[in-house]
Amino acid sequence: MIWPYLTHLLILIGIYVILTVSLNLALGYTGLLNLGHVAFFGIGAYTSALLTKAGVPFLLAFIIAGIFASIFGYLLVLATRKLKGDYLALATLGFSFVIYSLMLNWTGLTRGPLGIPGIEKPSFFGLTISSTYSYLIFVAVICILSVFVIYRIVKSPFGRLLEATRDDEMGLRVLGKNTFKLKYKAMMISAFFAGIAGSLFAHYITYIDPSYFTIPEIILLLSIVIVGGIASIKGSIVSTFVILLIPEALRFLALSSSILGPARQVIYAMILLGILLLRPRGIFGRVDLE
Amino acid sequence: MTLKIKSIHKNFGGIKALDKCSLEIKKGKITAIIGPNGSGKTTLFNVISNIIKKDKGKTYFDGKDIARLEDFQISRLGISRTFQEVRLFRNLMIKDHLEIALSDSDEKLMQNLFKKKKYDVKKIKGILNLVGLNKSLDTFATDLSYGQRKLLDLAVAIAKPHTLLLLDEPVAGVNPMLRKDIKKILRELNKRGETILLIEHDMNFVMDLAEQIFVMDYGRIIAEGKPKAIQNNPKVLEAYLGD
Ligand SMILES: Nc1ncnc2c1ncn2[C@@H]1O[C@H](COP(=O)(O)OP(=O)(O)O)[C@@H](O)[C@H]1O
Ligand SMILES: [Mg+2]
Repeated sequence: MIWPYLTHLLILIGIYVILTVSLNLALGYTGLLNLGHVAFFGIGAYTSALLTKAGVPFLLAFIIAGIFASIFGYLLVLATRKLKGDYLALATLGFSFVIYSLMLNWTGLTRGPLGIPGIEKPSFFGLTISSTYSYLIFVAVICILSVFVIYRIVKSPFGRLLEATRDDEMGLRVLGKNTFKLKYKAMMISAFFAGIAGSLFAHYITYIDPSYFTIPEIILLLSIVIVGGIASIKGSIVSTFVILLIPEALRFLALSSSILGPARQVIYAMILLGILLLRPRGIFGRVDLE
Repeated sequence: MTLKIKSIHKNFGGIKALDKCSLEIKKGKITAIIGPNGSGKTTLFNVISNIIKKDKGKTYFDGKDIARLEDFQISRLGISRTFQEVRLFRNLMIKDHLEIALSDSDEKLMQNLFKKKKYDVKKIKGILNLVGLNKSLDTFATDLSYGQRKLLDLAVAIAKPHTLLLLDEPVAGVNPMLRKDIKKILRELNKRGETILLIEHDMNFVMDLAEQIFVMDYGRIIAEGKPKAIQNNPKVLEAYLGD
């Protein structure tokens, strides 16, 4: 009984690690206060689900999910290029709403609130990933690859420019760097990984509807990144485990489900508050945003 | 290298920050802009680097009209500048500041994806020596004192490839000892052939440093000339006494 459940949790954690580490690339390393990450996740999920339903092979749909989210990442930076800080956060939140409404109201494409059932399990190179265990291995491979690539990016000279953009964009521009380019590249990479995480998610649970891509999800992702530490990949990974596992421990307390939901919210809130009070830079954070 | 500015106008609401402001500076010399607080000196720098859009007028660099270029493109033409408020990358180390400044372009993502950060330690140390900043290369900018930050800021501007150096109040808020040191640095740079345009609030600081001085008041250039002539110009004295 415990193993399938643990496998299930680990798959979700793997998907969330991709999501939070990629969010940290935009938010922590580049300083883009992005509340639209969940929209990229949703775009990836829907793109991959709809494409495979239309007969596109999984692997292709998976890649296109990332690329499609990435294009939206570019458009988002283009549309908000004059905005900073709180205004940027608001605009990107608006973007999340727009994508959510599209999922909800473009019923011809998305079936609206009915969602998309029967999304196929991934199959490629003649093998189908049908068991939960094999899905975990698949997610683990993609997760490790994603984290590795993002890690190399932030440690590279390019990553250094992203951090400089975060710390003082004007100061970097007068050194001859095109910060708009840097920002959209960072956002496109960040969105790409959120997009493929969406694909992984859709083909794992095999049913998606718009309610997966809403405000609570944004808050969860942000909490994980803040608790782990701005501009810390290790922090995002550890924090994803902590934040997703702690509430699960509640299940073993034999609480009724009417208490379980609220209790989980209270625990999240307490973790976030505790961290902000005791370690404002997060568990592994070294960077502070002005 | 030549910088030429013609009849610049810039209003902020009702304030005439720049009013028919013109100047031209000479290669290889130190030129100073002085004037009371609020006289438009910083605004003039911001118009040159196109951080603020002017209302009217022309800006030429090397005979080229630079009005339509973006700030980072103007920088790439060879104009390096500092700000009145020190601007550093607070979470980066000294060596990263200089390494960023030393290259004049964007690091390409794909070429750098699997590259480690490299440092031209010899060049970096050379520049830090020049400005006299004796701190470990691994020191974070937030861990520097105000004076050290001012020096790092100057070092970054020097490291960036340029033919013209614009310095906005390089000694503002700095103790008298460091003021002297910075003056020495500027003289040394000039000896090496640098062209420097510097803003200074304090008239005395530039008297034995600049060869040419422009005096601003209420957004206008009210006087220009050699330090001696400026010192005895009644209009200048009035602007400063009226301050
Ligand atoms: N971004 C701005 N918005 C509004 N007013 C400004 C701005 N920048 C400068 N000013 C005003 O323009 C005038 C000139 O300022 P500034 O160029 O900073 O003077 P200085 O550098 O000579 O002290 C001042 O009255 C200042 O308040
Ligand atoms: Mg000023």
